[in-house]
Amino acid sequence: MDFNLTEDHQMLSDTLRRFLADNYDIETRGRAAYAAPYHAPEIWAGLAELGILGAFLTEDQGGFGGTAEDVRVIFEELGRGLCAEPVLGALMGLHLLSRAGRDDLAQAIIAGEGRIALAVYEPQVACDLKHIEARAQETADGWQLTGRKSAIYGAPGAQHLLIVAQTGQGQGLFLAAAPELIPAAMVDGGGVADLVMDDLPAECLSPDCADWIEAALDLGRVALCAEAVGAMDFLIDMTVDYLKQRKQFGRSIGSFQALQHRVVDMMVELEQCRSITISAAARFDGPDRGRQVSMAKNLIGRMGTRVAEEAIQLHGGIGMTWEYPGAHYAKRLIMIDHQLGDHNDHVLRLIASQPKAA
Amino acid sequence: MDLEFSPAEKAFRDEVRSFLSDHLPRQIADKVDAGKELTKEETLQWQAILHARGWAAPNWPVDYGGPGWDAVQRHIFAEECALHSAPRLPAFGLNMLGPVLLKFGTEDQRRAILPRILDGTDWWCQGYSEPGAGSDLASLKTRAIRDGGDYVVNGQKTWTTLGQHANKIFCLVRTSTEGKPQEGISFLLVDLDTPGVEMRPIRLIDGGHEVNEVFFTDARVPVENLVGEENQGWTIAKYLLTHERTNIAGVGFSARDLARFRKLSGQLRRDGRSIADNPVYSARAAEIEAELEALRITNLRMLANARDGAAEGAQSSLLKLKGTQIRQALQELYRSALGPHAAPEPDDLSDNERVVPAESARAAPVYFNHRKLSIFGGSNEIQRNIVAKELFRE
Repeated sequence: MDFNLTEDHQMLSDTLRRFLADNYDIETRGRAAYAAPYHAPEIWAGLAELGILGAFLTEDQGGFGGTAEDVRVIFEELGRGLCAEPVLGALMGLHLLSRAGRDDLAQAIIAGEGRIALAVYEPQVACDLKHIEARAQETADGWQLTGRKSAIYGAPGAQHLLIVAQTGQGQGLFLAAAPELIPAAMVDGGGVADLVMDDLPAECLSPDCADWIEAALDLGRVALCAEAVGAMDFLIDMTVDYLKQRKQFGRSIGSFQALQHRVVDMMVELEQCRSITISAAARFDGPDRGRQVSMAKNLIGRMGTRVAEEAIQLHGGIGMTWEYPGAHYAKRLIMIDHQLGDHNDHVLRLIASQPKAA
Repeated sequence: MDLEFSPAEKAFRDEVRSFLSDHLPRQIADKVDAGKELTKEETLQWQAILHARGWAAPNWPVDYGGPGWDAVQRHIFAEECALHSAPRLPAFGLNMLGPVLLKFGTEDQRRAILPRILDGTDWWCQGYSEPGAGSDLASLKTRAIRDGGDYVVNGQKTWTTLGQHANKIFCLVRTSTEGKPQEGISFLLVDLDTPGVEMRPIRLIDGGHEVNEVFFTDARVPVENLVGEENQGWTIAKYLLTHERTNIAGVGFSARDLARFRKLSGQLRRDGRSIADNPVYSARAAEIEAELEALRITNLRMLANARDGAAEGAQSSLLKLKGTQIRQALQELYRSALGPHAAPEPDDLSDNERVVPAESARAAPVYFNHRKLSIFGGSNEIQRNIVAKELFRE
């Protein structure tokens, strides 16, 4: 039993924290995250240079990490720094490229040469892959895709797009070069896109690989959970500081028990969220991956929202302002629940995996 | 990150498991499972079995008859006992007075008192709370006034758990009214057959007799029965509040209760389907399970911290808060799964007259009984105060 970070992970974590603290303040974020390309290219280049993307691949694949624990360590810091760079799409994309043996492209991406995103979900699909409707057809000119994709994180400006579509054999994975997208900023910052495909030509990486795709999504879910833990940790610290410093009725409002107890409950939930994320990352390569990940995503979806709402309330009016960084942390925490299946989707996944009682 | 117990710890767990399978009397475990009250004899029967194995006092050192386990072993033992529905041994002697004497008592006191706790000769109960001193324990008023070689004790204690089985009580008493209230409290051992000591039962919300009140009228207690220094009682009480709190998260109890719910939900049908197929119950159980899984890891993280020598601080408060919330949520789930069949008073029906599985008959009384979890041992509000004190320290 050992819950300490390895020396390498501690170093990775410290380095990333320092990089974001030095280069990515809330104003930089605000300028980059809400206008095309919805991120800061110099920050992206900096992350690539630090090896953040390389940490998503194993040494065999040309990286120097590749475990769910690497993902957890990195995303906790991205959450603490409220980083809106398109790392989630890159993580899932790199994972799938490696599975498909496209190490050449993966290498280019971890070097910061081109970005990749993953198009899975559709207007009627938010978590369960088997309901995907987009279809792939093999023609004399190669594969062509038809259908609609939505919620493609980090897609605006990406040169490569991975697309999931039904092939008749199962859920297949396709690679397309920068198709025309319908881009938007997310309410919590960062880019997202929808895609309408009408005989879109694409390269087939596998005609039947639902297990790869689910694994990539599960890794993305661990990333989101870790990001939420980092954001919650920072937001609770901000809240405690604010309560200590804010004076009303001639005393610091942090001296009021009604407020203190609410902060304690937030802190208890943070530790619970941290624990379930540690568990989901540590057991990622075991037989219980899906259940562990869904437990984590469910708990974090619920508690991230609770912590965010409480933080806004405890700050009072200032927590409602765009100017106050805490507001953006709260917004991110709540919107994380909407990504890669929300707490209800993951309860359904847990129920489906529950062995029937005798 | 390594979430697993070491090979040696796993071997220890296997040893505990096989001991429990071989030696825990089935009839006793079934009673625990069904939420029935155990007799004093049944509890002592189990204590004798553990004592014969050297396991009756998990947190005592070898010199005094304990197994000399570390924090991880104690945790494993407590969790396995809960999962196997072993009865809880009388905690006030084994888990509270024992460690207090080891830390604050004299060698004479240890040699005289500890063996009798270990073999079940003495059953200790606790005299802390008073009608006017609950969460504000330091305001306690039971007086102990020195008179020659005795203290003369006057006052009233309450919420004395299983006092009806006990022959001894350890008390916090006021020996001084000078200075801050905390500074005038002493830790005193009292024989329950001392003239002037009277115990009366309190009937609880579930109808059971679990707690009592104890009255002291000019009860004479020899000064040798003082533990530690006079007026050092508050230090001792605080020590017990942050130490010796193995299993405060109760993960084993919750894991057992969740398994019981799943078993029950497969057996109960309501309005055309099994409770196991009812999406509302399934969703609630899945969410509680996620919280329990998180708590299991939180507990291990804090255990690893303690093993590595980090300060315990507010961690046991956190475990108590979340642990009791989960245990209460599971009791609520279990009770509600029975629907209308939770209503009949269990003692009015025999097992074969019931329309629901007999082992679930006590669901409602047990649920009511478990409301105590967030009140006793430092109410959950007091636990929040403890954490807040650390968080808001300037």
